Amino acid sequence: MEFFLQLLVNGISLGFLYAISALGFVMIFKSSSVLNFAHGELLAIGAFLFFTLSSWAKLPIGIALLLTMIGCFALGFIIERFFLRPLIGEALIEVIMLTVGLAAMFRGLLLFVFGGDIHNYPKFLPDTLSVNWGCIQIPSVYIATFIIGIVFLILFGLFFKFSSQGIYMRSVADNQLAALSLGVHVRRVFAMSWAIAALVAAMSGIVLGIINGINVHELSSVGLKVFPVVILGGLDSIGGAILGGLIIGLLETFTGGYISTSLREIIPYIVLVFILMVRPYGLFGLVEIERV
Amino acid sequence: MGGTMRRLKFHTCGNFKESYHEELTIFETDFGRLWILIGILLLFVLIPFISSPYTLYILNTIGIYAIAAVGLNILIGYTGQISLGHGAFFGVGAYTAAILGTKAGVPFWLSVPAAGLFTAAVGMCFGIPSLRLKHLYLTIATLAGQFIIEYVLVQWEGLTGGPEGMIVRTNTLFGLDLSNDRIFYYIIFICFVIMTWASVNLIRSKYGRAFIAVRDNDRAAEGMGIPVFQYKLLSFAISSFYAGLAGGLYAYHMMSITPEPFNLWLSIEFIAMIIIGGLGSIPGSVFGSIFIVTLNEVLSYATEVLMNMGSSMGVAITIAPLREFVFGLAIVLFIIFEPKGIAEVWRIVRSNFRLWPFSY
Repeated sequence: MEFFLQLLVNGISLGFLYAISALGFVMIFKSSSVLNFAHGELLAIGAFLFFTLSSWAKLPIGIALLLTMIGCFALGFIIERFFLRPLIGEALIEVIMLTVGLAAMFRGLLLFVFGGDIHNYPKFLPDTLSVNWGCIQIPSVYIATFIIGIVFLILFGLFFKFSSQGIYMRSVADNQLAALSLGVHVRRVFAMSWAIAALVAAMSGIVLGIINGINVHELSSVGLKVFPVVILGGLDSIGGAILGGLIIGLLETFTGGYISTSLREIIPYIVLVFILMVRPYGLFGLVEIERV
Repeated sequence: MGGTMRRLKFHTCGNFKESYHEELTIFETDFGRLWILIGILLLFVLIPFISSPYTLYILNTIGIYAIAAVGLNILIGYTGQISLGHGAFFGVGAYTAAILGTKAGVPFWLSVPAAGLFTAAVGMCFGIPSLRLKHLYLTIATLAGQFIIEYVLVQWEGLTGGPEGMIVRTNTLFGLDLSNDRIFYYIIFICFVIMTWASVNLIRSKYGRAFIAVRDNDRAAEGMGIPVFQYKLLSFAISSFYAGLAGGLYAYHMMSITPEPFNLWLSIEFIAMIIIGGLGSIPGSVFGSIFIVTLNEVLSYATEVLMNMGSSMGVAITIAPLREFVFGLAIVLFIIFEPKGIAEVWRIVRSNFRLWPFSY
């Protein structure tokens, strides 16, 4: 029972991590239908930028965080402007391969600058956050993750529901042509969604980095884990990404705990194949039926 | 004398095709035939004898990858179904050939095509999701396939030898020693010529036209009476057959295999080959594999030189990660500036020569 509860807690924390890592991915897909294979590298860039600013330049945590957010926002903008925009209207394979190419570039640069070792942030989370109920221990980082995740979720919900940019984004996602004819600046929406997605990715990267240490390989592999998560939840649903993340996280920890540790890494993909066969649009995704 | 001899065909100054038959011909002019003949002669008579062992090794690698790239181009370039699992399919072929050859004692000439057939079956399994899935969903399904196959290759230790891999017993073909690079060169390039010839003709056939119809508009294709799912599956099978055959050759070429090279990165390299070479172009796949293999070699050579330079100056310069960067950059630049790939550049250069001095 103790073991079960600990696995449950670990699974939920891991799931939450996956969920917030998937948020940026879903954002890009929702507004511009681009499958971003460079998502893991965006996480890594955010994590390493924060690392450089906080541990190497020794800026206070708050300022470092702010600068990281600004930097990643700008990076998202640049990526969209210089790499994605020329490809608007091109075939899917070209867009996918472009993000794959970007991923290789970013990974190469990060490995060149920081090497393949694990780096660690200085400790800045207060220990008072950690929870210790008898047999269950939740370290403070997980509590922090939880808080950050929920704050993000609420902010996102409000952003999409009430802000004009959010409404533009939803309109573009729903029907690009109709949005265009109603005077929505579609290109600006694409740029904005890349910028915001890069920012969110940076935040998730930092959280992942606090928990597991920052490592280029580790973080870029999280970028691939995002696929089962978002497919399970539905590619264009933010709530679905959260639920998908939780399910995949629980599945991983329970497989790791009860069946075998080597199966743990692969189980999300096995589940992915089954979901794709049975319910390709995920739990909350937009169902488009096409019988060909 | 001229009566019996066919008139030689030269390039016309415009498009004067009068029948579909003319549109479908492989060689528009007799020059084309001549060049192919010269090319094959060079490939089989001259190159293996003037190349150093190192060049021969590179050429063998190019030949193997080119076979797989041609197959992948049938799937992606002509049928429009994106597969991120071809690295793993290539691995399935390599392991099948190695296991058949080493553990079951199947002779070389049988084990390599058998590897192709088995991989075709595996490829079809991962093509089944295409019944319901399209575009990016299918891409993600093949991505999952890649990871699942990798897992099986590592975990099924009894058969594959696990992470340590297995030694492929040196085989002979009709008494020829296959560990000799020059003899293997002939085997690879005979396979390459046959497979390329087969694919060029496949595209001209009813099947090829159906593939292209599915790619261009699957709904219209279904409306015209093309059974879309069957053709998608067929395309998966053919393309995996190419990958498996190339993988089988790779196993015998390398003499020992581990699961490590058959990762997602290899799948990406294959796609990079056909994108850089030219989607929907058979010569393009060959150009692409030449480009990627050469790029890889140049980059590892540059890494080595700079490392040596660094150590002599007392500074360790590790530019190995920059290989990945340059590789990514090549993909990105090609997609943005020449999305039709080297095949298009080649076509432009050729037509410039042909139309000279009136090219513009």
